Order: sequence, then structure tokens, then C-alpha cells
Amino acid sequence: MTDTETRVARVAAPRESRRRRPGGGGPRAGTIVAFLTPFFLPFVLFYLVPVGYAIWQSFRVVRRSGGQYGTSYTTWGGFEQYGQVFQNSEFWSSIERIGLFGIVQVPVMLFVALIMALLLDTPLLKIKAFFRISAFMPYAVPGVIAAIMWSYLYSPQLSPVVDLLQGIGLHPDFLGPGAVLWSAANVSTWLWTGYNMLIMYSALQSIPQEIYEAAKLDGAGNWAIAWQIKVPIIAPSIVLTTVFSIIGTLQLYAEPAVLRQISSNISSTFTPNMLAYAVASGNNYQQAAAISVVIALITFVLSFGFMRLTSKRAGL
Amino acid sequence: MALMLLLTIYFLLPVYFLIVAATKPQGDLAATNGLAFSHFNLFSNLHTLFTRNDGIFLKWALNSVIYAVLGAAVGTLISALCGYALAKFRFKGREFLFSVVLGGVLVPTTALALPLFLLFSATGLVNTYFAVFLPSIVSPFGVYLARIFAAAAVPEELLESARLDGAGEFRTFFSVSSRLMAPSLVTIFLFQFVAIWNNFFLPMVMLQKESLFPVTLGLYEWNGQTARAPLLQESVITGSLVSIVPVIIVFILLQRFWRTGLASGSLK
Repeated sequence: MTDTETRVARVAAPRESRRRRPGGGGPRAGTIVAFLTPFFLPFVLFYLVPVGYAIWQSFRVVRRSGGQYGTSYTTWGGFEQYGQVFQNSEFWSSIERIGLFGIVQVPVMLFVALIMALLLDTPLLKIKAFFRISAFMPYAVPGVIAAIMWSYLYSPQLSPVVDLLQGIGLHPDFLGPGAVLWSAANVSTWLWTGYNMLIMYSALQSIPQEIYEAAKLDGAGNWAIAWQIKVPIIAPSIVLTTVFSIIGTLQLYAEPAVLRQISSNISSTFTPNMLAYAVASGNNYQQAAAISVVIALITFVLSFGFMRLTSKRAGL
Repeated sequence: MALMLLLTIYFLLPVYFLIVAATKPQGDLAATNGLAFSHFNLFSNLHTLFTRNDGIFLKWALNSVIYAVLGAAVGTLISALCGYALAKFRFKGREFLFSVVLGGVLVPTTALALPLFLLFSATGLVNTYFAVFLPSIVSPFGVYLARIFAAAAVPEELLESARLDGAGEFRTFFSVSSRLMAPSLVTIFLFQFVAIWNNFFLPMVMLQKESLFPVTLGLYEWNGQTARAPLLQESVITGSLVSIVPVIIVFILLQRFWRTGLASGSLK
């Protein structure tokens, strides 16, 4: 893990490693601590301590002395909570749902974002600023409000979209058991496509123009330039957006929670986070902690796994 | 080009729908075409929105502003100090600290919220402004960006000459370096502002008192009540519009900043 982390650090900040100052000097230790403490103190208190606390809690169990009505006490339980997580069918179905969601939504969203970024990067297209801003605008909309907006577009009573589709003979049920997952996926796609597009577009803009001229001299068409030159060069940005999307998918909460208010096809344990919250609300904090730790571990494994896989292949 | 137009319609449609719906009286919501204006009732809807439950919506909006603006301001300052130190000062353990921060980027914030709730309830912080504000000021991603920006924007020679002139490190940071980093600091501020503004899980876990809610949590609660109180629907719609339009406008006005920020932060 640490190996990958330092590699990311090197990829991310290649400049300063080249520019080490030759003569010593520099600030005293006390000054350095004074610069770091304002961040690291709250970071430790509100990041590291809760993570540690969750891990500790996840190894505890509540037991009762003297039968069902005895007094309860918490004690060391080893991996007991984790055993329960993995035996919980609701946990597996939430993971399955989120997996399906991620496998479809993330590639679709990033592919659309990439196509848009490439189109914006060609001189062919006019009124770029308008396209760019309208695509990025959903980023400023909170997930809850986006889900509320879309839920009105899904609801059969209010939606002009449903009206339109009925006009051409279709009867969609956006909130039905098969469709509601994809209705939630649509909200995420709407929210994040423009943001991802902008990261890729910014990377495209920093490619020096000479590369294209050289490629054109070699007889490469626009298509070849896009796929064989542009995409490989901005690969780190694509990796970054993928990792953020994976993290986002595993954290899914607000959108399905809002859709749950109007659809009976979303259970209170629809996503892993909703399950963790539902379990915590039932006062089983140790079990909720174990679920949270498992979600965090899956996030780590997937993001690092993806970075490692792609960094080997792309030689990053 | 046709594809771009189609996508633009997709991105704009929900907002357009919201604008139209916010101008209608409740009765017209279901009765008229959702994409066409009917009776212009916007001002009356706004009046209802801002006077409902003794003006609680305005309180929520102010709370959101406090959490997001103040949280992002404090967060940007501490991220900038830390990222700058990690980029410009040489010391033992620097790479280790940076790795820990990078690890923090990958911790799902929703996984943090539950243990934070337990810790905060033990210290009596639950159901206070601090319960949402304090965790919000920490942004590992902000430190990560600040380090990249500081490395790129602040030349070593300048620091060298400031040191020779006898300026302290803090003085150098605030009067020289922070100015060179200014556009990127705006970017960090915006990212963190949006992250806090959008955060829903943390306030939901931490707050029971309605008067402390940010606007997202408030609208969520109202939306949940519309089945029993259908008249709330118009307020949810108008409230949604009121809470997103100012942010969208700020974003469009500041796009010069976030664009340069994204460009330099996009890991060339």
C-alpha cells in the first residue's frame, strides 16, 4: 500500500523533487510544526481517530449476562462482527446492487465525459464556453437537490418526460423495481459527467500543440490523433476520475435516500451505506462499524488495485 | 455537434423544469405541462417558502452558508499552510506525512460519519454547529492540491531571497507565497465549499435540531413529508431553486479561477 502511495506522490508532484535546494538553511523545526499543526491536529482528531475508533468498535460485541433480560456489557469479540457482516444477505445484495451500478454507470459516465472533452478540444466546435458551463453546472447542485429535481421528472403525476414518452406510446416506470437503480444512476451521471469532463479537458489543454503538428506530418487524421495521442497522454486524469468515481459509487447515499421517499422499490438497506446507517439507527454500533470498515476496505482495495493495474499498463 | 446539443439539453433540462415549476401555483404542478409556464406565481411561492414554519428555510440557508463559507475558508487556510510546508520545507518524515494525507483522500467520508457521531456524542458535541463544522474543515484533497500548486507557483529563489532579507517563514507565506498561490487557493476554496455544501450524510447523522440543519437536510425532510402534506411540494421545488441558483451564478462568475486551478491540478 505504502509503495503505491509514494508512487502516487511522485507522479502527482514531480516538480519539486527535481528542485531540491542545494544549500541547507530553511526554517527551524518549530516553524515547520507551526505550519503543519493547524491541519494535522483536526486531521488526526476528525479523520484518524474516528477511523481507529471504528476499527476498535468493529472488534467488540455486546453480550448479556444472565439470559435475555440480563445487563448488557461490551467485550472483545474478535472477528465476530465481520462474520455477521459476511453472513448478512442484505449486505451482499447491497454490494451486488452497487457493483452493478458501478460497472455500468462509471464507464458510461467517463466515456461520455471523455467524448465531450475531446469534442471540446477540437477547433470544429463553436460556442464552447456555453457547452462547458452547462455540463459543469450540475457540479454546483447538491446530490440531495439533484435527486429531488429528478424525482419530479420521474414521478408519473408531474413529469413532462413521462408525458412525452406516453405521447409516443411508451409507458416507462422510472421508479419500478427494475428501473429504479438506473434512475439513481442517471442522477449520478447527471451530477458528475461535467466535472469529469472538465478534468480531462484541462489535461487536454495542457498538451503542447507541436505534438499534433508532428502527428499530422506523419499523416495522422483527427480520429487517430484523438485516440492514439490525446487519450494516452491524459491517461493519468482518466485514472484519477475513475478512482474518484469508484469512491463516489461506494459512498452512494443521498440519491437513493431521496428516491426512497417516492419509490417503494428502494429498501432502507439499498446501498452499503444505507445499510450501515440503518444498522446504526438500530443501536448496533459495533455491527455498523464493521460494515463501515468493510466498505472502506473495499474502497481502498478497488482504488489502489485500479491505480496499480493502470499504472503498470500505462507506465505512469 | 448534434451530440453536444443533445447532452446540453440533458444537463439543462432538470434546471429548466425546476425554474418553470417554481413559478407555478401548487395546483398547476400536476395539471399543466411541466415544461410550459402557466400562471406566474413565483413571488407568492417565495413568500410561502420564506414564511413557512416561522421562516425556517432562511435559517437553513444561513446555516448552509455558515458551514460552507466559513468551513471552506478555514479549511483552505490550513490546507494551504500544510501543503506549502510539504512542498517547500525539507524535513524528515515529509513523504510519510504526505502519504498519510493521500490515504485520507481515499477514506470514504460516509464511513467517517458514524464513528464521528459516536465520538461526538461522548463529548456532547452532537446537535451543535461544531458537529458539522469541525469535521468539514479537514480536506486531505485540499492539502494535496495545495502541495502541487505551491510546488508549481512559488519559485525557490524567491523564498531564498526572502530568507536572506530576514523575513520569517509566516511573513513570507502570507505576504509573498500566498499571493502567488492565490488562483489555486480560490480553487481549493471552491472544491471544499462544494464538498461541504453538498454534504448530506454528516449533518444527517449529527443533527436532530431542525434549527441547525443545512438547506439540503431541510429540503430532504420536507420532501419526505410531501406524501402527507402535498402543499409542501411547491416549497420543496421553490426551495431547491433558491438554494442552487446563487451557487451556480457564483460558479459561472468564478470560472476563470476554477479552470486555471483544474488545469494546474489535473496531474500532468
